[in-house]
Amino acid sequence: MAHVKFDHVSKSYPGGHQALSELSFEVARGELAFLTGHSGAGKSTLLKLIMLMEKATRGQVLVDGVNLSRLAPRQIPFHRRRIGVVFQNHQLLFDRSVFENVALPLRISGYSSRDLERRVRAALDKVGLLSKEKLNPIELSGGEQQRVGIARAVVNKPSLILADEPTGNLDPKLSLEIMRLFEQFNDVGVSVLVATHDVQLISRLKHRVLALGDGRLLGERPSQVETTHV
Amino acid sequence: MSKPNRSGAQQSKITAQSQWQSYLSHHKLMAVDSLSRLLSQMGSSLMTWLVLAIALALPMTLYVSLENVKQLSRTWDQTSQMSVYLTTGTSETEAQALTKTIAQWPDVTSSQYISPEQALKEFSATTGLTDVIAGLDANPLPGVISVLPRLGNEDTGALEQLEAKLLEQSSVESVQLDLLWVKRLYQFMDLGQRLVWALAALLGLAVLLIIGNTIRLSIESRKDEIRVVKLVGGTDAFVRRPFLYTGIWFGLGGGLIAWLLLTAGLYWLSGPVERLISLYGSDFVLLGLGAKDSLLLILDGVILGWLGAWLAVSRHLSDIEP
Repeated sequence: MAHVKFDHVSKSYPGGHQALSELSFEVARGELAFLTGHSGAGKSTLLKLIMLMEKATRGQVLVDGVNLSRLAPRQIPFHRRRIGVVFQNHQLLFDRSVFENVALPLRISGYSSRDLERRVRAALDKVGLLSKEKLNPIELSGGEQQRVGIARAVVNKPSLILADEPTGNLDPKLSLEIMRLFEQFNDVGVSVLVATHDVQLISRLKHRVLALGDGRLLGERPSQVETTHV
Repeated sequence: MSKPNRSGAQQSKITAQSQWQSYLSHHKLMAVDSLSRLLSQMGSSLMTWLVLAIALALPMTLYVSLENVKQLSRTWDQTSQMSVYLTTGTSETEAQALTKTIAQWPDVTSSQYISPEQALKEFSATTGLTDVIAGLDANPLPGVISVLPRLGNEDTGALEQLEAKLLEQSSVESVQLDLLWVKRLYQFMDLGQRLVWALAALLGLAVLLIIGNTIRLSIESRKDEIRVVKLVGGTDAFVRRPFLYTGIWFGLGGGLIAWLLLTAGLYWLSGPVERLISLYGSDFVLLGLGAKDSLLLILDGVILGWLGAWLAVSRHLSDIEP
């Protein structure tokens, strides 16, 4: 079953702006795909539809086979808990430590404190920031802040990770590091969908690419990754 | 598919028990966190607490005053005793018999016969006009039955009925009763009671608005946090929780300060009031706030605080969507 499926999805905003029109594609379970296109192509809108931050005007969005338009408002939080999101502006909270930022999804899901500590440390260890758990995120560099955002996205062990321009403000070396992190999560079976306009970076990686333009699928480059990973 | 042997990462399982424990611990965490937030902005929090305290204390002050007047009026019930004047020439035995009959009426607490001789003696004793009285040819005073009505409720109609019944008795000349005074007192107390309720309702509304507005500002200042919490799957209840606790803390603080203000005020007044009352030879004691009233005052604060926060949160939280 496809992990994410768009079936003739259109999204128009009040005022008439057509962000997506008749978009259809699938992301398989355990797949890593890039979503590319110039700004305004509809990348962010697409991710927002998956997160139910927006609702499709026409067509159907299915996640794990669940039609999102049939989800009751009170089920939305539980839908979001199954997805990890990473933002360009990382959306960290500067009134609490790195640890508490990463712990937030676990507190929401209701983990016991011992379990919570173990998981937060594991996530921070994964992004290489275990030593900075007590710092305020404002003391970290841009790349580190983004990694805290990633730790927060994966701490709940989601089966799907969405990233919206996760390397937006980072230099090429840091950007590649971030992408490598996503590849590592993908290696353990997590489906990953990354929206980015960094074409150079994408071309260095061999994953599937979906190219958006004016809310339509312009083209697609299939994955060139060998089917047997180590 | 490039990796057909994978079925995706397993979503971690959370047992119901750990969920319940963490629900409780989140409550605890939010209670502590919201209190420490209030305490970290002591200046503005204290202002809010004081405003709430004054709004809560005002109706309670009126209520306590009213309770004291009620208590005072209970000791004044004796003044609503009726003097039943008998026609001249009523014999001693007739008067005694009538006194006994009246005493057995259900709306009478007690009745006492005062003979003309006895009345004259008392009169001369209290007025000091012994010489003048000694010079009188005959006793000018009639026999009097002093009747103490049973004042169960604050109904003056019962007194009037009793008066009419007494007048129906033969050998009763007239009945005197300071009915108007009693009536007025009860009217005033009735008015006071309503005033307390109206004031309590108005100031309760004020408390709601003050807390609602404070919570609205607090929501405004934590917009980013709310957005992130909603984005990573926080339910509405989760988002609401810290603000509801903030409201409860505001209400509890306001209630406690109101209680302190009232207790201190009553203590301050009790000395002069007791001295004043003792001049009238009454055993009146200034009623303080009982345990029940104190609890009610503080609980009112807490409930209003929670309710105000709830109103603000349900109005403004839906505006903040990721």
